[in-house]
Amino acid sequence: MATMAARTTEEFRTEYGVARAYLIVALVALFGGVTIGLFQGLEHAGLDLYPHLSPVVQSYYHGLSLHGVLNVLVWTTFFISGFLPFVTVHSLGRPLASARLAWGTFGLMLFGLVLASIPLVGNAATVLFTFYPPMKAHWAFYVGLTLVVVATWLVTLNLVLTYRSWRRDHPGERTPLAAFMSLVTFVMWTIASLGIASDMLFMVIPWSLGLVKGTDALLARVLFWFTGHPIVYFWLLPAYLSWYVFVPKQAGGRLYSDPLARVAFIMFLALSTPLGFHHQFTDPGISEGWKFVHAFITFAVFFPSLMTFFNVVASLESAARARGARGWVTWFFKLPWGDPSVACQVLAMFTFTFGGIGGLINASYNLNLLVHNSAWMAGHLHLTVGTAVTLTYMGVTYWFVPVLWGRALWSRGLALAQAWLWVLGMVIFSHSLHALGLMGMPRRTMISAATYVQPEWKMDLALTGIGGSILFLSALLYFLNIVLTMTASRQPAPAMLGFADAISGPDEAPAFLDRWPIWLTVSAALILIAYGPPLFHLLTTTPFDSPGFRVW
Amino acid sequence: MKRGTTIYLYELAWILPSVAIPVGMLVALLVTAFGAHIHLPGMVGRVNPAKLDSTPPFDHPGVVRLAPGRYEVHLVGRTWSFDPNEIHVPAGSEVTFVATSADVVHGLFIPRVHANVMLLPGQIARVTARFDDPGNYLFLCHEYCGILHHTMSGQIVVEEKPNTSTGAN
Repeated sequence: MATMAARTTEEFRTEYGVARAYLIVALVALFGGVTIGLFQGLEHAGLDLYPHLSPVVQSYYHGLSLHGVLNVLVWTTFFISGFLPFVTVHSLGRPLASARLAWGTFGLMLFGLVLASIPLVGNAATVLFTFYPPMKAHWAFYVGLTLVVVATWLVTLNLVLTYRSWRRDHPGERTPLAAFMSLVTFVMWTIASLGIASDMLFMVIPWSLGLVKGTDALLARVLFWFTGHPIVYFWLLPAYLSWYVFVPKQAGGRLYSDPLARVAFIMFLALSTPLGFHHQFTDPGISEGWKFVHAFITFAVFFPSLMTFFNVVASLESAARARGARGWVTWFFKLPWGDPSVACQVLAMFTFTFGGIGGLINASYNLNLLVHNSAWMAGHLHLTVGTAVTLTYMGVTYWFVPVLWGRALWSRGLALAQAWLWVLGMVIFSHSLHALGLMGMPRRTMISAATYVQPEWKMDLALTGIGGSILFLSALLYFLNIVLTMTASRQPAPAMLGFADAISGPDEAPAFLDRWPIWLTVSAALILIAYGPPLFHLLTTTPFDSPGFRVW
Repeated sequence: MKRGTTIYLYELAWILPSVAIPVGMLVALLVTAFGAHIHLPGMVGRVNPAKLDSTPPFDHPGVVRLAPGRYEVHLVGRTWSFDPNEIHVPAGSEVTFVATSADVVHGLFIPRVHANVMLLPGQIARVTARFDDPGNYLFLCHEYCGILHHTMSGQIVVEEKPNTSTGAN
């Protein structure tokens, strides 16, 4: 890390510029996404404002499609594609292998986004972010999203090339932890995204262009969920990275165990993909046996998350004790709660505990029958990607935006208020959605117009609106603070954060954790075992006899 | 050295329960699935969604009595309704739903009995539930299926048995 102090903004000029570009797109998407989220919360509470939004947002479901795509696809993907390469170059102490590739990648991703946005905004792709065929959107929506995925592969390529040139100069050395984690995240995603890419390239795009007549609902879902579960790890691992390599340092302590962190990430590489059937427990056409295999692997991938929980909490404890804390539990209050970046991320971790427990319930095979496709799922997703991921990313931007724009955070107090309001809003919002799900309310449904609203739902529906409004208020404070930081803040720029040292350091990590061929082989083998036979069966028996429908 | 040992012990003290908890939960799942027979939908068969009108049993959607207290419902989901959308059975019945979709992806969710299955065009779905208490049981589509998705529902009317001593017939 000694060399890092010498690294200047000038040396990483491309990386700073590219990261700024990605971040602006990510933030604009998030702003659009949460604004529509407000109208959804209010709609559930009985205040349907959609008629007033026409013709911009033409229906509840048009808004819901925008909300999902902007928040979980655009905000996350653009943030990650800007953040992880930036972290990698600092971690390796060298610029990206190709500056032109980096800008070209951003250009392609933006082009894909614009292409997908035209039908999405124009109500020609009101198919939600899951776009299950045979519901058929305009072809530009599918082609655009596919180009975004292809662009993420180019991010991977640049990271791999950068790592290889670092490796040539540093044979036998352990890869610095932050670079290792960034690489694992993008390599895992690249493998996992082969599912959605083949769905798009071989089925959905030819069908949406009219080149082939039919498609198949089940095969499309299988390929979608091949990518659809690992994508949550694509969102989550950058948050974990921040918890592992930055938060302990920001809190004034050290990472507890570097080797354990590497083991957890290697497990995510191998186990994130072969488990997608746990999203299809209620699908006909997949045997119970294969569903159980995927349930089993889902439980296995719970293990590295538990290790992360231990390692990160132990690191936080070391930080609190370094700040003079005593006691088994009370050290928690000694953390630097006045630092909004830390506060956001520790609150995100806390919320994620409940998201994780809910996730286990969802993954629990027949227990899934109670909650599948109910409002419970929306409650769960808002705890996980909506808080564990999003609030962590927000916490990251509280130092990342000042570093990138060379200006101090505009207001610490506003940022702290934002963090706590987000959690307050989310506790109310998410709890009521979980409860509504258990009472039998479906998700993704225009409840204020539904034919079957039950009297016992009323209270929680109102709370959904209240929680959603608090979340929106928090988001407004966030964007106000970020925009003012970019434009009006006069304080000098803070230095780039350093990486946390470890109590049990990288030298104690076994060398085989850096042997990529082993782990790629293990990952491929597990995917072949879990998906090979059922996919082969589907591919050889599917008649592709579903035409497309525009149903909105 | 001492520091390393302490870290190792703490790690171990966490790792062992971290393995034990998921393993214990998996065992519980196995017991409920294979001991208590709480099953998930599985492989039934394919059907051409464009030819439902001429493919049994979907050419005659409705309720069929298989035996005393045992019924089969042949159900078709299409934008934005179920056929049939009102089903009458006596209390204490075991009802098997044999269902599919005629167009886009739909769902069949009967919250009170936790029956929960996707209706995919091309696939036959099969799910069984018991209706012991008289009353109305709501069923609804729980997958977004278009602009009037929120109107796609129906009800199962579970009727009091007229006379419990002879009702079995």
